[in-house]
Amino acid sequence: MYRYDEFDATLVAERVAQFRGQVNRRLSGELTEDQFKPLRLMNGVYLQLHAYMLRVAIPYGTLTSQKMRKLAHIARKYDKGYGHLTTRQNIQFNWPALVDVPDILDELAEVEMHAIQTSGNCIRNTTSDQYAGATAEEVEDPRPYAEMIRQWSTFHPEFSYLPRKFKIAVTAADRDRAAVKFHDIGLRIHKNDAGEVGFEVYVGGGLGRTPFVGPTIREFLPKEYLLSYLEAILRVYNQQGRRDNKFKARIKILVNSEGVDGFANLVETEWNQIKNSGVDLPREEIDRIHAYFASPKFENLSGESKTHKAKIAEDKEFARWARTNLAEHKTSGYSIVNISVKPIGGIPGDISDIQMEAVADIAERFSFDEMCVTHEQNLVLPHVKKDDLFAVWSALKAVDLATANIGLVSDIIACPGLDYCSLANTRSIPIAQRIAERFSDFQKQEDLGELKIKISGCINACGHHHAGHIGILGVDKKGEEFYQITLGGSGAEDAAIGEIAGRGFSSDQVVDAVEKLVDYYKNNRQDKERFLDTYRRLGAQPFKEALYDAA
Amino acid sequence: MKIITGNRLSDGLVVFLGSDGQWTPALERAANFADDAAKTAFADAQLRVEEIADLYLIDVDDAGALTGRETLRESIRKAGPTVRLDLGYQAGA
Amino acid sequence: MTLLKFSHERLLPTLSEPLEEVTLTDWRENPSGNAGATALVVDNDIPLSDIASDLSGFSVVILNFPKFQDGRAYSQARLLRDRYGYTGEIRARGDVLRDQISYMVRCGFNAFEFSGEDVSGADKALREFSFAYQPGADNEAPVWRKRLSRAAAA
Repeated sequence: MYRYDEFDATLVAERVAQFRGQVNRRLSGELTEDQFKPLRLMNGVYLQLHAYMLRVAIPYGTLTSQKMRKLAHIARKYDKGYGHLTTRQNIQFNWPALVDVPDILDELAEVEMHAIQTSGNCIRNTTSDQYAGATAEEVEDPRPYAEMIRQWSTFHPEFSYLPRKFKIAVTAADRDRAAVKFHDIGLRIHKNDAGEVGFEVYVGGGLGRTPFVGPTIREFLPKEYLLSYLEAILRVYNQQGRRDNKFKARIKILVNSEGVDGFANLVETEWNQIKNSGVDLPREEIDRIHAYFASPKFENLSGESKTHKAKIAEDKEFARWARTNLAEHKTSGYSIVNISVKPIGGIPGDISDIQMEAVADIAERFSFDEMCVTHEQNLVLPHVKKDDLFAVWSALKAVDLATANIGLVSDIIACPGLDYCSLANTRSIPIAQRIAERFSDFQKQEDLGELKIKISGCINACGHHHAGHIGILGVDKKGEEFYQITLGGSGAEDAAIGEIAGRGFSSDQVVDAVEKLVDYYKNNRQDKERFLDTYRRLGAQPFKEALYDAA
Repeated sequence: MKIITGNRLSDGLVVFLGSDGQWTPALERAANFADDAAKTAFADAQLRVEEIADLYLIDVDDAGALTGRETLRESIRKAGPTVRLDLGYQAGA
Repeated sequence: MTLLKFSHERLLPTLSEPLEEVTLTDWRENPSGNAGATALVVDNDIPLSDIASDLSGFSVVILNFPKFQDGRAYSQARLLRDRYGYTGEIRARGDVLRDQISYMVRCGFNAFEFSGEDVSGADKALREFSFAYQPGADNEAPVWRKRLSRAAAA
């Protein structure tokens, strides 16, 4: 894993000192709230409904046990004993006092963490594939590139006051677990026909009130030009992105108004001027960063584990979890373990201090001290020996983290909604809880197969509803909560934006509405078809009929 | 009628302007202003930049109960998250 | 407003010398009528392509920050320095506050119509960071270059 050297450590420490000064200037009245707000946002501090919220960056989602334990400590000492995993692989705390934030940041700096650029109109934390470094699907590990982007984008003097926030994601696998086509810039590492490794570059994807699947502006970018190409994109955007209307200020609007070719030309023209001007990292620095991400020393194991097989045979609950929550590891004898942070009836992504410490202990003992936050608000233990799976499961179960529902109907993404967020129109979490409770039978969930429900409490779409197989968008109707359903979205490699099904449902009706859709799928699927496949085969019409005719 | 509310600068917690001119966490102790008086009181409160972030007015009826479009939002602010009854003012001291 | 100039790694208050200003648009329309102008004012929504030939007679270029959140002039300054080789004064005008000046310096600004009052605070803010990750238009070598030299020395 990447470790700070003295340069990284100094910069993070200096940032905390700077913010401490800014907080003091705000408290003394020297700074107005208007002047302070952009400064606190660039240090991850929001003001929500009940209190401040602090969003801590977890670069590419990766944590060590030391970092996780520090997060648990912060939750306990400065907050109310829990944190919330976000769709950008970060964690946020919902109750910190502003006066404590500099101390919290000092504590984070001790474990090489920070809250830099987790908000504001700047380049945000770069996200990646939670299976990075563990899956055989990838061309190479995408995280070194995410780390290079982290460093390049940190305190970038030219790109800290962009028209709007800016999100970058990197993946290196054909199966897209990072939703790269829904980012301002998505990067897909792949091999070209000549066998060279480089990036396919998508620009202008996004959700929000104007959702777009990001188009490709370059099929193949040689790896060594990553930073100069990003700089060219950002420079075009900083100068030409709209600033007159915040809802039209994201890069997707610029890409759309210039046209994909037009926008690509602007970028290429700029890039041609800067590509050999010293923006890109030299080979030595690229190698230095890569070295931190070397694979752990895996043992030579057979693909089959007798212990694991025996436990599966004797414990049905474990066997179910093994079917739903494990993924293939690149190394024989190992598994990728998904930890669901979606207990039935719980709050999606909320994790207590005790759970954090338990996961830290498990990762330290069984997963080479590594864990990863996923954009679906879950956690991953990337490298677990098959022989240890039962022990890991038992330890997870002891802290209520062994829910067997990864990718299933109750593994719901939900934004914090009106329970916390000052921008929300409606609540999201209670809807997620009630849907999960409705489908709580694990056998039935497993039978339904992959089904992605995503819920947003307002049009900003933090709950990714456009990308849900079933999406739910909360809208305010004269002070009452209503929920609009979208169908057929996907955040994966087959990215698609869901189509609005029709009129919305009241809070009382919306769970029944979801059940009607699920029932229609169950009665009309062929073979092992997923919900999304049945929807694509049959089209929207019969689903809409199922939703409204019987009502 | 209107009530003046905001979040306390130091810790971000929800407060309301009380009739004694102090900030109070209890909506019940907030001063109710007729619309004209609310404007003046709001302008005065805005000068207290060292105490409060994000100040605004909310609607209440003559009895001081929340009313209007933002009732749900304001009732959640006043009490705490509906999904965590153990947190926020609803949890007690 | 206080005019601050950046020199020898310091921000120093400076008396405003009289400038004859002309906007880029007016200059291009009527160069002879504006022959006495000494400062070129470039709005932040003007693309800087082909500006090289306009720059030669000017010792000052003034770029605008209508609000400090509007960061277009950062890119303009970098282009003036990196691409068009402009070596004269680049002055920031508008909503120019303490917490943004270090970014401005890194993008090539060296004069500031400072909106704040605390000049020594603004000067101090310039030295809040010892390093920079990325190259800018200033003399600061990026961290990766320092890592390389350190590795070479070891």
